[in-house]
Amino acid sequence: MTRPAVDLTPLHRRKRQRVLVQLACVAISTFMLLPIVLIALSALSSRTALTEFPKPLLPSEFSTESISGFIGGAGVVPAFGNSMLAGVYTVVLSLLLGAPAGYAISRFSFRGRDAYQVLILLVRALPIVVLSVPLATMFLRVDIDDTVFAVTLVHTALALPTTILITASIFVGVPKDVEEAALIFGCTPGQAMRRVVLPMALPGLAASSVFTFVLSWNEVLGATVLTLGHRTLPAQVLSSLADSPNVYRFAGGFVLVLPALLFILVMRRYLLNMWGTTLR
Amino acid sequence: MTTVLEKPVRKQPQRLGISPWWLLAPSTVLLVLLFGWPLVQGILAAFQAEGGAFTLANWERLFGDPYFVEALLNTLLLIVIVVPIQLVLAVGMTLLIQSKPKFGGLHFYVWAIPLAVSDLAAGLVWLTVFADRGYLNSLLIGLGLSENGIAWLNYDNPTTMLLAVVVAEIWRATSMVFVIVVAGVQMMPPDYDEAAQVFGASAWQRLWHVTLPLLKPSLQVALILRTILALQAFAVAQALTGRNFPLLVGETYQWYVNLQNPAVASAVALVILALSLGTAVLYMRALRQPSAGGPR
Repeated sequence: MTRPAVDLTPLHRRKRQRVLVQLACVAISTFMLLPIVLIALSALSSRTALTEFPKPLLPSEFSTESISGFIGGAGVVPAFGNSMLAGVYTVVLSLLLGAPAGYAISRFSFRGRDAYQVLILLVRALPIVVLSVPLATMFLRVDIDDTVFAVTLVHTALALPTTILITASIFVGVPKDVEEAALIFGCTPGQAMRRVVLPMALPGLAASSVFTFVLSWNEVLGATVLTLGHRTLPAQVLSSLADSPNVYRFAGGFVLVLPALLFILVMRRYLLNMWGTTLR
Repeated sequence: MTTVLEKPVRKQPQRLGISPWWLLAPSTVLLVLLFGWPLVQGILAAFQAEGGAFTLANWERLFGDPYFVEALLNTLLLIVIVVPIQLVLAVGMTLLIQSKPKFGGLHFYVWAIPLAVSDLAAGLVWLTVFADRGYLNSLLIGLGLSENGIAWLNYDNPTTMLLAVVVAEIWRATSMVFVIVVAGVQMMPPDYDEAAQVFGASAWQRLWHVTLPLLKPSLQVALILRTILALQAFAVAQALTGRNFPLLVGETYQWYVNLQNPAVASAVALVILALSLGTAVLYMRALRQPSAGGPR
């Protein structure tokens, strides 16, 4: 019994294609990951290993001395604290101000809604550099210059448009019916909000908070212009960049990159919604 | 308005018993205070002399500064090179992810990591590669391609400085375009692509005639956002080259922090603002018109 000849070319072509796709994926992942691996290796090299040249891929001697040197550097620990504080304050303030607005946009149709949304879009298109300089002068006048609060205000203004858009999309995802059912069963509007809507919106709000925190954590220019003695971490690194050795720079870069891995890991599931869809 | 005859539909907006503007007021106030007011102040500052009189001296000083011209050219050059590459790369990455490779989730995570990396950190990360005693030179020497390595970030090599900043920017910000494009592709109804497939369109034809036209709104947003953000890049170059490769925002920083001249700093900022608004309008015009009758 002879089997009919089967044309295997399409199958082979398909297989070849899969391999190519796989290779391309690995290549891109390498491009994205390798620099992070390299800065980690640099930051974890001992001082002597760092001056070696040509460098082997793996340093001849691992050590945490450059990192502890960086952390022990002038102003770094307080700067870390300031960054955390500014981040947390920004999250709280932008949620307090932005979530009600997001709720209003998602639930009400009212006159001026379009105008408000245009305002938000306009604000997003404004480069922060335009604001930093006049704000620094303004803050000087009202005596809140060089404080974490000043940085918080600017970061909140920066984060507010995205917070409003994200929370609006979150509240759209909480069905109106559930809220109405709560009202019918005798909840006051406040209770319906607290007991029904907020619990359902909570995961989304948490993700939006991480998003805001990252924004504040990474913002360099505003923080540098607005502060002098109370720097945030990126501002501290930037302002001491010019007169510090590469050891300090690599350790600083590593410390700044590290949270990114964690942020994206936490945010993986929300990435497409937050950065991808809502913010368009 | 009489209460008795009111339809339930009309009543709905008042469910909470308050106007939605009460919910919008706090954010509006903050935005006006922190965006509107400084914007006006910034414009005024750029045109004012010490005492408050109108002057163009700040602008003359700015345009007379060789760093400014260089920074403007560098910034525009960076955008012209980086943004198209990022767009193509992001579409390519999206197609890869859409073809469901093995470990697709892991690849997606890795490709998204730079989203949360600041431009300062990105500059420092690539400094390990491009530094005189960095990994790239080590590799070149190891392969026998160079004797002592190349001074990539040296003032005398503007081309390699540009290259380093371009690579760092592509690494840092392609993720953002990628995420926007992936979200756009996932929102597309699969029917069109399937129909094209049934009618025998090749993969290339499907990409060119089905996917890309449908992606237009996403691509437009990505283009505008990326260009505006690329205009604001500065810490990358600062970390890699110091002031050797000046960018516009870096000049604002320089004038304000190091030269203590807020007026000229405001003038630079206004140039950036004008460029941002200009690109936004330009892209809107270019991309909107042909698809005026299209979806969305």
